[in-house]
Amino acid sequence: MAYTAERPPQKVTSEQLRDLIPGWGSDLDTANRPAWPKERFDPGASGAHWDFPERQTPEGPRERSIEHRFLTPVFGTAQPTRGTSGLIRRFAYARFSEARAAHWLLLVAADRVDFVGSRATALLKGRPDNPISETGILSEVSRHGIASRMGTPRVDLRHSWMDPILVAAPWVVGGYLALRVGRAFISRGR
Amino acid sequence: MQAMTYRGPYRVRVEEKAMPRIEHPNDAIVRVTLAAICGSDLHLYHGLMPDTRIGHTFGHEFIGVVEEVGSSVQNLQRGDKVMVPFNIYCGSCFFCARGLYSNCHNVNPNATAVGGIYGYSHTCGGYDGGQAEFVRVPFADVGPSVIPDWLDDEDALLLTDACSTGYFGAQLGDIVEGDTVVVFGAGPVGLYAAKSAWFMGAGRVIVVDQLEYRLAKARSFAHAETFNFAEYDDIVVEMKKTTDYLGADVAIDAVGAEADGNFLQHVTASKLKLQGGSPIALNWAIDSVRKGGTISVVGAYGPIFSAVKLGDAMNKGLTLRMNQAPVKRQWPRLLEHIQAGHLKPSELITHRVPLEHIAEGYHMFSAKLDDCIKTVVVPEAN
Ligand SMILES: NC(=O)c1ccc[n+]([C@@H]2O[C@H](COP(=O)([O-])OP(=O)(O)OC[C@H]3O[C@@H](n4cnc5c(N)ncnc54)[C@H](O)[C@@H]3O)[C@@H](O)[C@H]2O)c1
Ligand SMILES: [Zn+2]
Ligand SMILES: [Zn+2]
Repeated sequence: MAYTAERPPQKVTSEQLRDLIPGWGSDLDTANRPAWPKERFDPGASGAHWDFPERQTPEGPRERSIEHRFLTPVFGTAQPTRGTSGLIRRFAYARFSEARAAHWLLLVAADRVDFVGSRATALLKGRPDNPISETGILSEVSRHGIASRMGTPRVDLRHSWMDPILVAAPWVVGGYLALRVGRAFISRGR
Repeated sequence: MQAMTYRGPYRVRVEEKAMPRIEHPNDAIVRVTLAAICGSDLHLYHGLMPDTRIGHTFGHEFIGVVEEVGSSVQNLQRGDKVMVPFNIYCGSCFFCARGLYSNCHNVNPNATAVGGIYGYSHTCGGYDGGQAEFVRVPFADVGPSVIPDWLDDEDALLLTDACSTGYFGAQLGDIVEGDTVVVFGAGPVGLYAAKSAWFMGAGRVIVVDQLEYRLAKARSFAHAETFNFAEYDDIVVEMKKTTDYLGADVAIDAVGAEADGNFLQHVTASKLKLQGGSPIALNWAIDSVRKGGTISVVGAYGPIFSAVKLGDAMNKGLTLRMNQAPVKRQWPRLLEHIQAGHLKPSELITHRVPLEHIAEGYHMFSAKLDDCIKTVVVPEAN
């Protein structure tokens, strides 16, 4: 009990647990715990055969955190910055450190610009995104969406109604704007 | 090659992509034989991680066969069957030299606050991931290991992240004999953490979640006592009651950014992205442990601030320990546990989906349908 000196007695003793649970206590000794101690200086342990890695050659400008002295010797090249979102991203990296909210909020904004831009490009190229297959929504049928939720106390049901709205919002807003523009265009034509 | 690609929040598809190339002399190209979807992928999938670019291929939990190696690779050759830790790391920087493989300084130009992770946005270095037929594996002499003959592929797959992370999470708790350990989250990470807590001599292991089927798994797989937080008005009070008002000695947050159970926190974080993550489970952990206790955080949070109850943690004199798991450091001992029969990682796999159906796989895992715990993705090239 918390109000007196002794710990509450263990309901199942260590001896019983050792019999009941496979491996119980096998890592009691911290020497058996690979993450202990947190830091273990052993530069030879990793398999690296260099002091500093050879440098990968960048194929173009590569954004980096201003908390780094230089471009790290190895880096990912998966999706180079591009278009308007790329401008925002490069500004976020060049101007604000990771310590600044502006850095991250600009990157989040760029993510949304990238999203809208990619949709529009796909549409213009005649290969529009398929909201049914991309959201995997048909798994609601094949994976028992109703049965998985009904009769459970799941608290996510209190807000999962928002998901379709969040997913559809760009389309609704985009559609509404297109409608307004279209109407304005038509009424001007009259 | 075929690869999963991100098309915006809640949307993914499979696309034809260019084959990855050797871009550095210590790179390898690996043909993926099995990949998995991780709880961390959900943070990307929901658009919670800044600098997740359209077209990004996710997947940091995978095994495969070496297809090609760069000129300086010594430890691997074409045809080797390898397991690849989710961390990308150089092995030689200040941090790697100290075993902090998840905190490497030489692989992520985009951020100094996080190391390199496969398929985990440009914030984690801008590397495409393994939910694809092929993947670029940097520092092939450092990260990957040849899979031992006796180890099942699916067990090897889970050692590349979820299982190693759970085991690491239990170690962060600094458990001593007889400790009461409460694990928030009965996803794969939480279940492995609960199981591992016994190895370190826990006297009681309690798992908290809201999904009954996962709590059932916590009882059968991890021998844990369970509490469904959705059935209680205030789970913290329940934790106090069950520990004679002392509080648990150790709490493990195996939930992270998408924690549920508080409408405002969840909606401001997961839906509106105004927080780096909703710290509900972390706050419950802080309030559920006893004074002087330890919190282990392996649940992942984004780089934007979160509304954490630091005052309680401070006033209670808690120790907060946390990190992305340095995966490969866990392997030698975990392999011993598996060989001794203490643990069978693949027991948590509930679904296997072909790469072409990955969008359904994401929705199912995200919405927690069909009693899904762990989903394995099988690329076509096999
Ligand atoms: N540190 C690392 O190296 C590392 C590695 C892998 C995963 N992770 C993180 O670990 C976390 C869990 O991963 P997973 O694959 O098990 O994910 P998961 O989504 O399968 O599991 C999360 C579980 O938490 C439950 N949950 C939600 N809110 C809760 C609350 N308030 N209290 C208790 N439970 C709650 C959910 O119902 C779900 O069962 C994620 O945040 C993931 O990003 C970290
Ligand atoms: Zn993961
Ligand atoms: Zn390093």
